[in-house]
Amino acid sequence: MRRVVITGMGIYSCLGKNLQEVKESLYAGKSGIGIDPERTRYGYRSPLTGIVERPQLKGKLDRRLRMGLAEEGEFAYMATEEALRNAAIDMEYLENHEVGIFYGNDSSAKPVVEAHKTMEEKKDTMLLGSGAIFQSMNSTVTMNLSTIFKLRGVNMTISAACASGSHSIGLGFFFIRHGWQDVVVCGGAQEVNIYSMASFDALSAFSVRTDEPTKASRPFDANRDGLVPSGGAATLILEEYEHALRRGAPILAEVIGYGFSSNGGHISQPNNDGSYIAMSRALQDAGLEAKEIDYINAHATSTPLGDMYEAMAIHKLFGSQTPVSSTKSMTGHECWMAGASEIVYANLMMQNDFIAPNINFETPDEYSAQLNIIPQTREQKIDTYLSNSFGFGGTNSALVVRKIKE
Amino acid sequence: MTREEIVKITNQFLVEEIEIDENLLKEEASLKDDLGIDSLDFVDIVVIVEKNFGFKIKAEEMGGVTTLGAFYDYIEKKVNA
Repeated sequence: MRRVVITGMGIYSCLGKNLQEVKESLYAGKSGIGIDPERTRYGYRSPLTGIVERPQLKGKLDRRLRMGLAEEGEFAYMATEEALRNAAIDMEYLENHEVGIFYGNDSSAKPVVEAHKTMEEKKDTMLLGSGAIFQSMNSTVTMNLSTIFKLRGVNMTISAACASGSHSIGLGFFFIRHGWQDVVVCGGAQEVNIYSMASFDALSAFSVRTDEPTKASRPFDANRDGLVPSGGAATLILEEYEHALRRGAPILAEVIGYGFSSNGGHISQPNNDGSYIAMSRALQDAGLEAKEIDYINAHATSTPLGDMYEAMAIHKLFGSQTPVSSTKSMTGHECWMAGASEIVYANLMMQNDFIAPNINFETPDEYSAQLNIIPQTREQKIDTYLSNSFGFGGTNSALVVRKIKE
Repeated sequence: MTREEIVKITNQFLVEEIEIDENLLKEEASLKDDLGIDSLDFVDIVVIVEKNFGFKIKAEEMGGVTTLGAFYDYIEKKVNA
Protein backbone atom coordinates (compact mmCIF):
# COMPACT_ATOMS: atom_id res chain seq x y z
CA MET A 1 0.00 0.00 0.00
CA ARG A 2 1.34 3.45 -0.91
CA ARG A 3 2.10 5.69 2.07
CA VAL A 4 0.74 9.23 2.21
CA VAL A 5 2.63 12.08 3.83
CA ILE A 6 2.02 15.76 4.47
CA THR A 7 4.72 17.84 2.80
CA GLY A 8 3.30 21.31 3.30
CA MET A 9 0.70 23.22 5.24
CA GLY A 10 -0.67 26.72 5.43
CA ILE A 11 -3.14 28.50 7.67
CA TYR A 12 -5.08 31.75 7.76
CA SER A 13 -7.25 31.91 10.83
CA CYS A 14 -8.34 33.98 13.80
CA LEU A 15 -5.23 32.66 15.60
CA GLY A 16 -2.86 34.11 13.02
CA LYS A 17 -2.16 34.62 9.35
CA ASN A 18 0.59 32.02 8.98
CA LEU A 19 2.01 28.93 10.67
CA GLN A 20 4.37 30.84 12.93
CA GLU A 21 1.70 33.18 14.32
CA VAL A 22 -0.75 30.32 14.79
CA LYS A 23 1.81 28.13 16.55
CA GLU A 24 2.49 30.95 19.01
CA SER A 25 -1.23 31.50 19.66
CA LEU A 26 -1.83 27.78 20.20
CA TYR A 27 1.05 27.54 22.64
CA ALA A 28 -0.07 30.66 24.51
CA GLY A 29 -3.70 29.48 24.65
CA LYS A 30 -4.76 32.72 23.01
CA SER A 31 -8.35 33.14 21.88
CA GLY A 32 -9.20 34.60 18.46
CA ILE A 33 -12.80 35.39 19.40
CA GLY A 34 -14.30 38.87 19.47
CA ILE A 35 -17.42 40.92 18.79
CA ASP A 36 -18.62 41.95 15.34
CA PRO A 37 -21.00 44.90 15.95
CA GLU A 38 -22.26 44.62 12.39
CA ARG A 39 -23.88 41.30 13.32
CA THR A 40 -25.97 43.00 15.99
CA ARG A 41 -27.08 45.71 13.56
CA TYR A 42 -27.94 43.06 10.97
CA GLY A 43 -30.16 41.24 13.49
CA TYR A 44 -28.08 38.39 14.87
CA ARG A 45 -28.86 37.01 18.30
CA SER A 46 -25.09 36.70 18.92
CA PRO A 47 -22.36 39.08 17.65
CA LEU A 48 -19.55 36.71 18.73
CA THR A 49 -17.23 35.45 16.01
CA GLY A 50 -13.64 34.57 15.23
CA ILE A 51 -12.01 37.79 14.03
CA VAL A 52 -10.37 37.17 10.66
CA GLU A 53 -9.04 40.09 8.64
CA ARG A 54 -9.61 40.00 4.91
CA PRO A 55 -6.31 39.61 3.04
CA GLN A 56 -5.22 42.26 0.53
CA LEU A 57 -4.59 40.43 -2.73
CA LYS A 58 -4.24 43.40 -5.07
CA GLY A 59 -0.63 43.32 -6.18
CA LYS A 60 -0.32 39.61 -5.38
CA LEU A 61 -2.77 38.28 -7.94
CA ASP A 62 -3.94 39.58 -11.30
CA ARG A 63 -7.37 41.13 -11.45
CA ARG A 64 -8.81 38.26 -13.49
CA LEU A 65 -7.61 35.75 -10.91
CA ARG A 66 -9.07 37.84 -8.07
CA MET A 67 -12.48 38.47 -9.63
CA GLY A 68 -13.79 34.97 -8.93
CA LEU A 69 -12.60 34.86 -5.34
CA ALA A 70 -15.18 35.25 -2.61
CA GLU A 71 -13.95 35.89 0.92
CA GLU A 72 -13.38 32.21 1.72
CA GLY A 73 -11.50 31.84 -1.58
CA GLU A 74 -9.17 34.66 -0.57
CA PHE A 75 -8.51 32.93 2.75
CA ALA A 76 -7.90 29.66 0.88
CA TYR A 77 -5.49 31.35 -1.52
CA MET A 78 -3.43 32.66 1.40
CA ALA A 79 -3.32 29.26 3.12
CA THR A 80 -2.53 27.41 -0.11
CA GLU A 81 0.21 29.80 -1.14
CA GLU A 82 1.87 29.18 2.23
CA ALA A 83 1.37 25.42 2.02
CA LEU A 84 2.83 25.10 -1.48
CA ARG A 85 5.81 27.26 -0.53
CA ASN A 86 6.27 25.12 2.57
CA ALA A 87 6.17 21.98 0.39
CA ALA A 88 8.76 23.43 -2.02
CA ILE A 89 6.25 23.36 -4.88
CA ASP A 90 6.51 26.34 -7.24
CA MET A 91 4.63 27.35 -10.38
CA GLU A 92 7.16 25.61 -12.59
CA TYR A 93 6.52 22.35 -10.75
CA LEU A 94 2.76 22.82 -11.04
CA GLU A 95 2.99 23.49 -14.75
CA ASN A 96 4.93 20.27 -15.31
CA HIS A 97 3.27 17.80 -12.93
CA GLU A 98 -0.26 16.64 -12.26
CA VAL A 99 -1.49 17.93 -8.91
CA GLY A 100 -5.08 17.49 -7.70
CA ILE A 101 -7.33 19.32 -5.26
CA PHE A 102 -10.03 18.32 -2.77
CA TYR A 103 -11.13 21.28 -0.67
CA GLY A 104 -13.91 21.56 1.87
CA ASN A 105 -16.43 24.37 1.50
CA ASP A 106 -20.16 24.43 2.09
CA SER A 107 -21.40 27.98 1.43
CA SER A 108 -20.66 31.24 -0.28
CA ALA A 109 -23.38 33.49 1.06
CA LYS A 110 -22.07 37.01 0.45
CA PRO A 111 -21.90 36.99 -3.37
CA VAL A 112 -25.35 35.39 -3.52
CA VAL A 113 -26.87 38.04 -1.25
CA GLU A 114 -25.10 40.89 -3.06
CA ALA A 115 -26.22 39.63 -6.46
CA HIS A 116 -29.76 39.45 -5.13
CA LYS A 117 -29.56 43.05 -3.89
CA THR A 118 -28.33 44.23 -7.31
CA MET A 119 -31.16 42.35 -9.02
CA GLU A 120 -33.77 43.89 -6.72
CA GLU A 121 -32.40 47.35 -7.46
CA LYS A 122 -31.45 47.13 -11.14
CA LYS A 123 -33.69 44.32 -12.46
CA ASP A 124 -30.97 43.40 -14.92
CA THR A 125 -28.55 40.46 -14.83
CA MET A 126 -26.19 42.40 -17.12
CA LEU A 127 -25.28 44.53 -14.10
CA LEU A 128 -24.10 41.65 -11.88
CA GLY A 129 -20.55 41.63 -13.21
CA SER A 130 -18.35 38.72 -14.17
CA GLY A 131 -17.26 37.56 -10.72
CA ALA A 132 -20.69 36.83 -9.23
CA ILE A 133 -21.13 33.37 -10.71
CA PHE A 134 -17.61 32.17 -9.87
CA GLN A 135 -17.89 33.52 -6.32
CA SER A 136 -21.39 32.15 -5.67
CA MET A 137 -20.99 28.48 -6.40
CA ASN A 138 -20.19 26.06 -3.63
CA SER A 139 -17.14 24.93 -5.59
CA THR A 140 -15.82 28.50 -5.70
CA VAL A 141 -12.66 27.60 -3.78
CA THR A 142 -11.58 24.66 -5.92
CA MET A 143 -12.51 26.34 -9.21
CA ASN A 144 -10.41 29.37 -8.31
CA LEU A 145 -7.42 27.61 -6.73
CA SER A 146 -7.19 25.18 -9.65
CA THR A 147 -7.10 28.17 -12.01
CA ILE A 148 -4.63 30.21 -9.97
CA PHE A 149 -2.23 27.32 -9.33
CA LYS A 150 -2.77 25.58 -12.70
CA LEU A 151 -3.87 22.29 -11.12
CA ARG A 152 -4.54 19.46 -13.57
CA GLY A 153 -5.44 16.47 -11.38
CA VAL A 154 -8.64 15.57 -9.54
CA ASN A 155 -10.54 18.80 -8.87
CA MET A 156 -13.61 19.04 -6.66
CA THR A 157 -15.16 20.59 -3.57
CA ILE A 158 -16.23 18.48 -0.64
CA SER A 159 -19.41 19.77 0.98
CA ALA A 160 -20.02 17.88 4.19
CA ALA A 161 -21.00 20.59 6.65
CA CYS A 162 -18.56 20.92 9.54
CA ALA A 163 -16.69 17.78 8.48
CA SER A 164 -15.92 19.13 4.97
CA GLY A 165 -12.26 19.88 5.61
CA SER A 166 -11.62 16.55 7.29
CA HIS A 167 -13.29 14.52 4.54
CA SER A 168 -11.26 16.43 1.93
CA ILE A 169 -8.08 15.17 3.58
CA GLY A 170 -9.52 11.65 3.91
CA LEU A 171 -10.36 11.58 0.22
CA GLY A 172 -6.99 13.01 -0.81
CA PHE A 173 -5.41 10.29 1.36
CA PHE A 174 -7.46 7.55 -0.36
CA PHE A 175 -6.72 8.89 -3.86
CA ILE A 176 -2.98 8.87 -3.24
CA ARG A 177 -2.94 5.58 -1.35
CA HIS A 178 -4.76 3.85 -4.19
CA GLY A 179 -2.38 5.22 -6.80
CA TRP A 180 -4.72 7.65 -8.55
CA GLN A 181 -2.74 10.78 -7.66
CA ASP A 182 0.76 11.56 -6.35
CA VAL A 183 0.07 15.03 -4.93
CA VAL A 184 -3.25 16.50 -3.79
CA VAL A 185 -3.95 19.94 -2.30
CA CYS A 186 -6.44 19.39 0.55
CA GLY A 187 -8.06 21.81 2.93
CA GLY A 188 -11.08 23.70 4.10
CA ALA A 189 -12.35 27.27 3.87
CA GLN A 190 -14.97 29.19 5.80
CA GLU A 191 -16.42 32.66 5.19
CA VAL A 192 -16.97 35.02 8.18
CA ASN A 193 -19.06 37.84 6.67
CA ILE A 194 -22.40 38.80 8.24
CA TYR A 195 -24.42 36.89 5.64
CA SER A 196 -22.60 33.62 6.20
CA MET A 197 -23.91 32.69 9.62
CA ALA A 198 -27.33 34.37 9.98
CA SER A 199 -29.29 31.18 9.31
CA PHE A 200 -27.08 29.23 11.74
CA ASP A 201 -27.66 31.96 14.35
CA ALA A 202 -31.37 31.30 13.84
CA LEU A 203 -30.97 27.97 15.65
CA SER A 204 -29.89 29.75 18.87
CA ALA A 205 -26.83 27.52 18.87
CA PHE A 206 -24.37 30.40 19.34
CA SER A 207 -22.98 31.56 22.66
CA VAL A 208 -24.23 34.93 23.89
CA ARG A 209 -21.51 35.40 26.49
CA THR A 210 -20.78 38.82 25.01
CA ASP A 211 -19.31 40.32 28.18
CA GLU A 212 -16.36 37.90 27.92
CA PRO A 213 -15.82 37.04 24.24
CA THR A 214 -12.61 35.06 24.84
CA LYS A 215 -14.44 32.91 27.38
CA ALA A 216 -17.46 32.25 25.19
CA SER A 217 -16.17 29.13 23.48
CA ARG A 218 -15.76 26.56 26.25
CA PRO A 219 -15.99 23.02 24.90
CA PHE A 220 -16.66 20.33 27.52
CA ASP A 221 -17.20 22.94 30.25
CA ALA A 222 -20.39 22.61 32.27
CA ASN A 223 -21.08 26.35 31.96
CA ARG A 224 -20.96 26.60 28.17
CA ASP A 225 -23.88 28.22 26.38
CA GLY A 226 -23.20 27.45 22.75
CA LEU A 227 -20.59 27.67 20.01
CA VAL A 228 -18.88 30.68 18.46
CA PRO A 229 -18.71 30.69 14.64
CA SER A 230 -15.36 31.42 13.05
CA GLY A 231 -13.52 31.01 9.76
CA GLY A 232 -10.48 31.33 7.55
CA ALA A 233 -8.78 28.56 5.61
CA ALA A 234 -6.28 25.77 6.05
CA THR A 235 -4.38 23.83 3.39
CA LEU A 236 -2.36 20.63 3.51
CA ILE A 237 -0.27 19.20 0.71
CA LEU A 238 -0.69 15.42 0.67
CA GLU A 239 1.89 13.45 -1.25
CA GLU A 240 2.92 9.87 -1.87
CA TYR A 241 5.87 9.03 0.38
CA GLU A 242 8.38 7.83 -2.24
CA HIS A 243 7.40 10.73 -4.50
CA ALA A 244 8.13 13.15 -1.66
CA LEU A 245 11.48 11.48 -0.97
CA ARG A 246 12.48 11.68 -4.65
CA ARG A 247 11.53 15.34 -4.72
CA GLY A 248 13.51 16.03 -1.56
CA ALA A 249 10.38 17.56 -0.06
CA PRO A 250 10.04 18.32 3.65
CA ILE A 251 8.00 15.55 5.27
CA LEU A 252 5.94 16.91 8.15
CA ALA A 253 3.78 13.92 9.08
CA GLU A 254 2.10 10.82 7.70
CA VAL A 255 -1.64 10.29 7.32
CA ILE A 256 -2.31 6.69 8.32
CA GLY A 257 -6.04 6.38 8.92
CA TYR A 258 -9.38 7.77 7.77
CA GLY A 259 -12.72 6.73 9.17
CA PHE A 260 -16.15 7.96 8.18
CA SER A 261 -19.77 7.27 9.04
CA SER A 262 -23.20 8.80 8.96
CA ASN A 263 -25.58 8.84 11.91
CA GLY A 264 -28.71 8.20 9.91
CA GLY A 265 -30.66 10.21 12.44
CA HIS A 266 -31.50 13.78 13.35
CA ILE A 267 -30.37 16.60 11.05
CA SER A 268 -28.68 18.68 13.76
CA GLN A 269 -28.45 16.49 16.86
CA PRO A 270 -25.43 14.19 16.91
CA ASN A 271 -25.18 10.78 18.56
CA ASN A 272 -22.35 8.78 20.03
CA ASP A 273 -22.65 5.72 17.74
CA GLY A 274 -21.71 7.53 14.54
CA SER A 275 -18.68 9.25 15.99
CA TYR A 276 -17.60 5.99 17.66
CA ILE A 277 -17.79 4.18 14.31
CA ALA A 278 -15.78 6.89 12.51
CA MET A 279 -13.04 6.84 15.17
CA SER A 280 -12.96 3.01 15.26
CA ARG A 281 -12.65 2.84 11.49
CA ALA A 282 -9.86 5.39 11.45
CA LEU A 283 -7.95 3.35 14.05
CA GLN A 284 -8.59 0.12 12.17
CA ASP A 285 -7.48 1.75 8.92
CA ALA A 286 -4.28 2.87 10.64
CA GLY A 287 -3.76 -0.59 12.12
CA LEU A 288 -3.55 0.88 15.61
CA GLU A 289 -5.09 0.20 18.98
CA ALA A 290 -6.69 3.02 20.94
CA LYS A 291 -3.85 3.06 23.49
CA GLU A 292 -1.39 3.99 20.71
CA ILE A 293 -3.00 7.39 20.24
CA ASP A 294 -1.10 10.09 22.15
CA TYR A 295 -3.55 12.93 21.70
CA ILE A 296 -7.12 13.49 20.51
CA ASN A 297 -8.05 16.78 18.88
CA ALA A 298 -11.76 16.72 19.65
CA HIS A 299 -14.48 18.11 17.44
CA ALA A 300 -16.20 19.54 20.56
CA THR A 301 -17.79 22.84 19.59
CA SER A 302 -19.09 24.04 22.97
CA THR A 303 -22.67 22.87 22.54
CA PRO A 304 -24.01 20.69 25.37
CA LEU A 305 -25.35 17.81 23.26
CA GLY A 306 -22.48 17.61 20.79
CA ASP A 307 -19.81 17.72 23.49
CA MET A 308 -21.68 15.15 25.56
CA TYR A 309 -21.98 12.59 22.75
CA GLU A 310 -18.37 13.04 21.70
CA ALA A 311 -17.20 12.66 25.31
CA MET A 312 -19.22 9.44 25.58
CA ALA A 313 -17.76 8.07 22.34
CA ILE A 314 -14.17 9.02 23.24
CA HIS A 315 -14.55 7.48 26.69
CA LYS A 316 -16.00 4.28 25.28
CA LEU A 317 -13.13 3.87 22.80
CA PHE A 318 -10.15 5.40 24.59
CA GLY A 319 -11.03 5.37 28.29
CA SER A 320 -9.92 8.16 30.59
CA GLN A 321 -6.17 8.45 30.01
CA THR A 322 -5.63 9.78 26.49
CA PRO A 323 -5.09 13.56 26.48
CA VAL A 324 -7.92 15.43 24.77
CA SER A 325 -8.35 19.09 23.82
CA SER A 326 -10.65 21.07 21.60
CA THR A 327 -8.81 23.90 19.86
CA LYS A 328 -12.25 25.36 19.15
CA SER A 329 -11.96 26.79 22.67
CA MET A 330 -9.54 29.29 21.08
CA THR A 331 -10.68 29.43 17.45
CA GLY A 332 -14.41 29.04 17.79
CA HIS A 333 -16.04 26.71 15.32
CA GLU A 334 -14.35 27.07 11.95
CA CYS A 335 -17.11 24.98 10.37
CA TRP A 336 -16.31 23.92 6.76
CA MET A 337 -12.65 24.64 7.44
CA ALA A 338 -12.35 23.06 10.89
CA GLY A 339 -11.46 19.52 9.86
CA ALA A 340 -8.46 20.81 7.90
CA SER A 341 -7.35 23.57 10.27
CA GLU A 342 -7.38 21.17 13.20
CA ILE A 343 -4.95 18.91 11.32
CA VAL A 344 -2.69 21.96 10.90
CA TYR A 345 -3.06 22.79 14.61
CA ALA A 346 -2.34 19.21 15.71
CA ASN A 347 0.63 18.96 13.32
CA LEU A 348 2.07 22.15 14.84
CA MET A 349 1.70 20.58 18.29
CA MET A 350 3.32 17.33 17.12
CA GLN A 351 6.23 19.18 15.49
CA ASN A 352 6.80 21.33 18.59
CA ASP A 353 6.14 18.80 21.37
CA PHE A 354 3.18 20.39 23.10
CA ILE A 355 -0.55 19.93 23.54
CA ALA A 356 -2.51 23.13 22.99
CA PRO A 357 -4.98 23.76 25.77
CA ASN A 358 -8.73 23.40 25.87
CA ILE A 359 -9.04 26.90 27.32
CA ASN A 360 -12.06 27.80 29.44
CA PHE A 361 -12.40 24.23 30.69
CA GLU A 362 -13.06 25.08 34.31
CA THR A 363 -15.95 22.92 35.46
CA PRO A 364 -16.32 19.40 34.06
CA ASP A 365 -19.77 17.95 33.57
CA GLU A 366 -20.48 14.29 34.26
CA TYR A 367 -19.32 13.27 30.76
CA SER A 368 -16.24 15.45 30.33
CA ALA A 369 -15.13 14.49 33.86
CA GLN A 370 -14.44 11.03 32.47
CA LEU A 371 -11.88 12.34 29.96
CA ASN A 372 -8.31 13.58 30.34
CA ILE A 373 -9.00 17.10 29.05
CA ILE A 374 -5.93 19.36 28.97
CA PRO A 375 -6.92 22.82 30.28
CA GLN A 376 -3.43 24.37 30.06
CA THR A 377 -0.59 24.05 27.58
CA ARG A 378 1.31 20.87 28.25
CA GLU A 379 4.83 20.10 27.05
CA GLN A 380 4.52 16.60 25.67
CA LYS A 381 5.79 14.58 22.75
CA ILE A 382 3.09 13.42 20.36
CA ASP A 383 3.88 10.59 17.95
CA THR A 384 0.34 9.81 16.83
CA TYR A 385 -2.91 11.72 17.11
CA LEU A 386 -6.53 11.41 16.09
CA SER A 387 -8.68 14.34 14.95
CA ASN A 388 -12.48 14.32 14.90
CA SER A 389 -14.92 16.30 12.77
CA PHE A 390 -18.69 15.94 12.75
CA GLY A 391 -21.34 17.84 10.82
CA PHE A 392 -25.03 18.49 10.26
CA GLY A 393 -26.84 15.57 8.73
CA GLY A 394 -24.77 13.26 10.91
CA THR A 395 -21.64 13.18 8.74
CA ASN A 396 -18.60 12.04 10.72
CA SER A 397 -14.90 11.94 9.89
CA ALA A 398 -11.85 10.92 11.89
CA LEU A 399 -8.22 11.09 10.79
CA VAL A 400 -5.15 9.47 12.31
CA VAL A 401 -1.80 11.17 11.69
CA ARG A 402 1.65 10.27 13.01
CA LYS A 403 5.24 11.41 12.88
CA ILE A 404 7.07 9.99 9.91
CA LYS A 405 8.81 6.67 10.53
CA GLU A 406 11.38 5.27 8.11
CA MET B 1 -20.25 65.90 -21.21
CA THR B 2 -17.11 66.79 -23.16
CA ARG B 3 -14.93 64.22 -24.86
CA GLU B 4 -12.06 65.19 -22.53
CA GLU B 5 -14.21 64.36 -19.51
CA ILE B 6 -15.25 61.06 -21.05
CA VAL B 7 -11.65 60.13 -21.85
CA LYS B 8 -10.57 61.03 -18.31
CA ILE B 9 -13.30 58.98 -16.60
CA THR B 10 -12.88 56.03 -18.97
CA ASN B 11 -9.11 55.92 -18.61
CA GLN B 12 -9.42 56.18 -14.86
CA PHE B 13 -11.65 53.10 -14.55
CA LEU B 14 -9.61 51.17 -17.13
CA VAL B 15 -6.51 51.76 -14.99
CA GLU B 16 -8.04 51.46 -11.52
CA GLU B 17 -10.69 48.81 -11.98
CA ILE B 18 -9.66 46.80 -15.03
CA GLU B 19 -5.99 47.31 -14.10
CA ILE B 20 -4.74 48.12 -17.60
CA ASP B 21 -1.32 49.78 -17.91
CA GLU B 22 -1.90 53.52 -18.36
CA ASN B 23 0.78 53.72 -21.06
CA LEU B 24 -1.28 51.45 -23.30
CA LEU B 25 -4.28 53.78 -23.34
CA LYS B 26 -4.03 55.25 -26.86
CA GLU B 27 -6.89 56.08 -29.23
CA GLU B 28 -5.73 53.52 -31.79
CA ALA B 29 -5.22 50.71 -29.23
CA SER B 30 -7.24 47.57 -29.98
CA LEU B 31 -9.49 46.74 -27.03
CA LYS B 32 -8.85 43.04 -27.43
CA ASP B 33 -5.30 42.72 -28.75
CA ASP B 34 -3.53 45.73 -27.20
CA LEU B 35 -5.49 46.24 -23.99
CA GLY B 36 -6.23 42.52 -23.44
CA ILE B 37 -9.91 43.09 -22.68
CA ASP B 38 -11.63 39.70 -22.85
CA SER B 39 -15.31 38.73 -22.73
CA LEU B 40 -15.32 38.54 -18.90
CA ASP B 41 -13.67 41.97 -18.58
CA PHE B 42 -16.36 43.31 -20.89
CA VAL B 43 -19.06 42.02 -18.51
CA ASP B 44 -17.45 44.16 -15.78
CA ILE B 45 -17.06 47.16 -18.08
CA VAL B 46 -20.83 47.11 -18.68
CA VAL B 47 -21.35 47.47 -14.91
CA ILE B 48 -18.72 50.20 -14.55
CA VAL B 49 -20.04 52.23 -17.49
CA GLU B 50 -23.56 52.10 -16.05
CA LYS B 51 -22.23 53.36 -12.74
CA ASN B 52 -20.12 56.15 -14.26
CA PHE B 53 -22.19 57.27 -17.23
CA GLY B 54 -25.69 56.11 -16.36
CA PHE B 55 -26.45 54.01 -19.45
CA LYS B 56 -26.26 50.31 -20.26
CA ILE B 57 -23.99 49.16 -23.05
CA LYS B 58 -25.83 47.04 -25.59
CA ALA B 59 -23.73 44.26 -27.10
CA GLU B 60 -25.41 44.69 -30.50
CA GLU B 61 -24.24 48.32 -30.66
CA MET B 62 -20.64 47.37 -29.98
CA GLY B 63 -19.99 45.42 -33.18
CA GLY B 64 -17.80 48.06 -34.80
CA VAL B 65 -16.21 49.26 -31.58
CA THR B 66 -12.79 47.64 -31.64
CA THR B 67 -10.42 50.44 -30.62
CA LEU B 68 -10.26 52.63 -27.54
CA GLY B 69 -10.97 55.71 -29.67
CA ALA B 70 -14.13 54.09 -31.02
CA PHE B 71 -15.13 53.21 -27.48
CA TYR B 72 -14.79 56.88 -26.40
CA ASP B 73 -16.89 57.82 -29.47
CA TYR B 74 -19.56 55.28 -28.52
CA ILE B 75 -19.77 56.58 -24.94
CA GLU B 76 -19.82 60.20 -26.14
CA LYS B 77 -22.69 59.45 -28.48
CA LYS B 78 -24.72 57.62 -25.82
CA VAL B 79 -24.09 60.17 -23.06
CA ASN B 80 -24.97 63.16 -25.21
CA ALA B 81 -27.91 61.56 -27.02
